[in-house]
Amino acid sequence: MSELSVNHLLGIKYINKKDIDLIFETADHFKEVINRPIKKVPSLRDITIANIFFENSTRTKLSFELAQKRLSADVISFSAAQSSVKKGETLIDTVNNILSMKVDMVVMRHSNPGAAHFLSQNVKASIVNAGDGAHEHPTQALLDSYSIREKLGDVAGKKVVIVGDILHSRVALSNIYALQLQGAEVKVCGPKTLIPRHIESLGVTVEPNLRKALEWCDVANMLRVQNERMDVNFFPSTREYAQQYGLDKSLLDSLNKEIIIMHPGPINRGVEITSDVADSKQSVILNQVENGVAIRMAVIYLLASKIQ
Amino acid sequence: MSQKILLTSKEVNIILHRLACQLIEKHLYFSDTIIIGIQPRGTFLAERLKDLLEKEYKIPKIALGYLDITFFRDDFRRTNKPLEANKTQIDFIVENKKVVFIDDVLYTGRSIRSALTAIQSFGRPSEIELLVLIDRRFSRHLPIQPDYRGRQVDAIGNERVQVCWNEQDGEDAVYLINK
Repeated sequence: MSELSVNHLLGIKYINKKDIDLIFETADHFKEVINRPIKKVPSLRDITIANIFFENSTRTKLSFELAQKRLSADVISFSAAQSSVKKGETLIDTVNNILSMKVDMVVMRHSNPGAAHFLSQNVKASIVNAGDGAHEHPTQALLDSYSIREKLGDVAGKKVVIVGDILHSRVALSNIYALQLQGAEVKVCGPKTLIPRHIESLGVTVEPNLRKALEWCDVANMLRVQNERMDVNFFPSTREYAQQYGLDKSLLDSLNKEIIIMHPGPINRGVEITSDVADSKQSVILNQVENGVAIRMAVIYLLASKIQ
Repeated sequence: MSQKILLTSKEVNIILHRLACQLIEKHLYFSDTIIIGIQPRGTFLAERLKDLLEKEYKIPKIALGYLDITFFRDDFRRTNKPLEANKTQIDFIVENKKVVFIDDVLYTGRSIRSALTAIQSFGRPSEIELLVLIDRRFSRHLPIQPDYRGRQVDAIGNERVQVCWNEQDGEDAVYLINK
């Protein structure tokens, strides 16, 4: 086993295929660990990790916390809503204050793109980006690819369509980078207003028609419409969006092959996918959540092994 | 670098038979006993012993598992070399069973200390024993001794004991290598 080429996980853009392979191999071992009767290993007992979430999160925060605890790290968590950020403290001051308490690693979610990168340049700790605005969400992309690899054996050569709100999605960008690094073909599908201009320059193709996109793909990653990031109306109504870009059981069953359905959560049932699709046997949504813990254990373990 | 042969293929074979017989003497039909090969190199010895016990000594079915200790080691972030994990495969309950750890070389005792912690993730065995092919007498860091040993070897700090297996290295042999 070699080691990661980076000291921080800021985005998939900054890592290479070898790093992804190493993270997946390590995650395989941790997946076995989290299925033992006692799901804990003592590796990180002398490491302290701060989870700093300036934006709301349920599953990512829980998943990181669980991963850290399974590795026996000491964990402190805080959310911006309860912090001094509200009193006007700057990001660097907040983090440096936390680091004075001898913290070795910071997992951060922030609404500004580049916040994790900025932090990595200015503080002495290993930084894991848990989502920075509409930029990247690397651990989500890793667990998505890991779930595809688990289901289909390999990511290389597979056709993946990312459907929905590409414009506001950090999951989409990280997934595009991750899938392409591993040799998958990527298409994006959604209303024209939610597809970023010049997205083709990333090497993806755009398919405005959901049925055509689904007929082409092996895997469909259905993204949530991020209403909280929309300052204007990007489509006439939720109902119209659901009719054109929502995936229901009849559309899924009418395809001439079985495709895999993914969703990074939280699901708006009845908007991007219906309940019967979310709960169908083609859906790997809950596998994604389980794999998320294994992937985050692998990322934290590998980064921690580089802390001097 | 010079090397000297400690055990030839014939000697390894004789020792394996003796170790198998010692195990039978203690565990008879292995009804409550599980053997665990410590990853990475203890697995070859464990598989050999299982084969021998089942085929030569007609013990019906030996439960064999593999235990990786990487995440339980006490030198994480303390070595320059990244730690390499291997597969753990224990498809049975170890609760109240007699467990025999099997490894190729016992040296500092730290791997076995890690294994003693790691096995607890799978339950509470009624007892744990240790079988090794080579017991390096010097430089033990912890109070750990084998219950079954193939050969005791006096090797000093700059010497390395290398156990070769036919499946992996093309021959059964044990070498003492002077680094």
